[in-house]
Amino acid sequence: MSATAILHRIAGVPRESITFELNGQSCIALEGDTVLTAILTRAAQLREADFSGAPRAGFCLMGACQDCWVQLAEGERLRACTTLVEPGMRVRTGLPR
Amino acid sequence: MTTTATPKQFVIVGAGPAGMRAAEQLVAAGQRPVVIDEAPRHGGQIYRQPPVVLQRERRDLYGFEAGRASAVLDRFEALLPQLDHRPDTLVWQIEADTLQLLHAGRNRTLRYDALILATGATDRVLPFPGWTLPGVYTLGAAQVALKHQGCLIGPRVVFAGTGPLLYLVAWQYASHGGQVAAVLDTAPASAKLRASPQLLARPAVAAKGAYFMARLRLMGVPMHSGVTLLAAEGGERVSALTWRTNGTAHTTACDAIGFGHGLRAETQLADLAGCTFDYSEIEQAWLPTRDAAGHTSVRGVYLAGDGAAILGADAAELSGARAALAALEDFVQPTSTDQAAQLERESVNHRRFREGMETAFALPRRWAADAPDALIVCRCEEISAGELRACVKTTGTREMNRLKALTRIGMGRCQGRMCAPAAARLLADAAGCDLKDVGRLRGQAPVKPLPIHLIRDTVDSGAASVEESDD
Repeated sequence: MSATAILHRIAGVPRESITFELNGQSCIALEGDTVLTAILTRAAQLREADFSGAPRAGFCLMGACQDCWVQLAEGERLRACTTLVEPGMRVRTGLPR
Repeated sequence: MTTTATPKQFVIVGAGPAGMRAAEQLVAAGQRPVVIDEAPRHGGQIYRQPPVVLQRERRDLYGFEAGRASAVLDRFEALLPQLDHRPDTLVWQIEADTLQLLHAGRNRTLRYDALILATGATDRVLPFPGWTLPGVYTLGAAQVALKHQGCLIGPRVVFAGTGPLLYLVAWQYASHGGQVAAVLDTAPASAKLRASPQLLARPAVAAKGAYFMARLRLMGVPMHSGVTLLAAEGGERVSALTWRTNGTAHTTACDAIGFGHGLRAETQLADLAGCTFDYSEIEQAWLPTRDAAGHTSVRGVYLAGDGAAILGADAAELSGARAALAALEDFVQPTSTDQAAQLERESVNHRRFREGMETAFALPRRWAADAPDALIVCRCEEISAGELRACVKTTGTREMNRLKALTRIGMGRCQGRMCAPAAARLLADAAGCDLKDVGRLRGQAPVKPLPIHLIRDTVDSGAASVEESDD
């Protein structure tokens, strides 16, 4: 696990791994992970604030604050805390402003 | 049982304790309610269920509440064949007895006769500088990470703010191997003593709170009361929290912070439904009015659970059942007055306990006066306390929606969910008036961001969104 991770897993039953892409790098997540979990178990940023560009990593984790939107390489935006990660997803954490 | 000529459409929004119990009551009376929920699985936030593949034990997920959670979750699950359960579905507008729904990227409309809003609550947040740094979350978020994803924020975490969730989450983290660097309560220790007579309205709940504090102390977790939170420090992510007590400043190194100051009711849908609001001294917020049965000012619209007033999960079950009885009474047939009276009687203790909670976990009174000008109040659009104060000074505005129009506070993607309690306090402080007098942000549709293709698809197909029949 990366030293920069914000989320740290507790022990649990074994789960299938899922390969996805984070900013062009191939990464492993677990089945049942949200996109937010998949990213923050290895990094400390989901997006950049719209005006200052400061790093953001979500806040409420229950779909209320809208501070965890990430973008897929294809251009689609999704809310990371309420979307499960899928194999082959290509996620970007620096939104073009 | 008598049947009416036209079946009535009962719709419940929210599948937490209130919504689940309301559904049970309606099914028991022979109805087939629609239950709409944003989450993929029922339970709400308090009894939130992780994705099935995580295979977590209920005892591990819900602690002392495992029995209670299992009962209501299992009963609802057993009722699924008799319900029209719509998970992963957002209600984004209410207009003319019709809900606008978003599910799987498509819009649908749903007409109702009776609408029970059980929309729950989110953390009430009075922020400090640095609260937008990666690693800083609400207490609710810290709990969701653990319950829903089997993850801890951290590794070293400070829990701060006030409210019963502060000690519960800290204990949940400590008992799951989390490194709790400190628990910092902004309410003074004396407040808990002052509140004890009211807290004894629910002795078992009060005892649980005392147990969490005692366990944390035994585990050697540093705990402080009467704390002022000064700032989260850090660059790319949080590295420390500075705070003050008894005139001395302290710095606690950490990798994450969970904070909050109690809960705030989610009232946007009640607002869109046209419900009358009134100021609640106990909640320190404008809330939709309701009677003891859950009737709002709008015929056919009912309120239940924390979305009406913050009384907790057990009270939510009672008010959910009560609101369902009221809806049945109004639209189908007379219901048991004994059961209704019993539900209302049981709710009284919860209200008394809530008053005790507000005393024990009193909000920091000087928060607005002490907030520095540089404090970012709106996370979405990065609007500062100084900008809000300058607006009040130059325009003389004393009202929340005017402040929104002038500064964009509450106009960002969260629609004021995160900033409104703080902004209202800053406005009242700057304008020199009571919190009640600044009013409240009006709810606006869509209550959450919608994909733009909804509009494009509607235009392309040359038709309005799919209208559903009653069944």
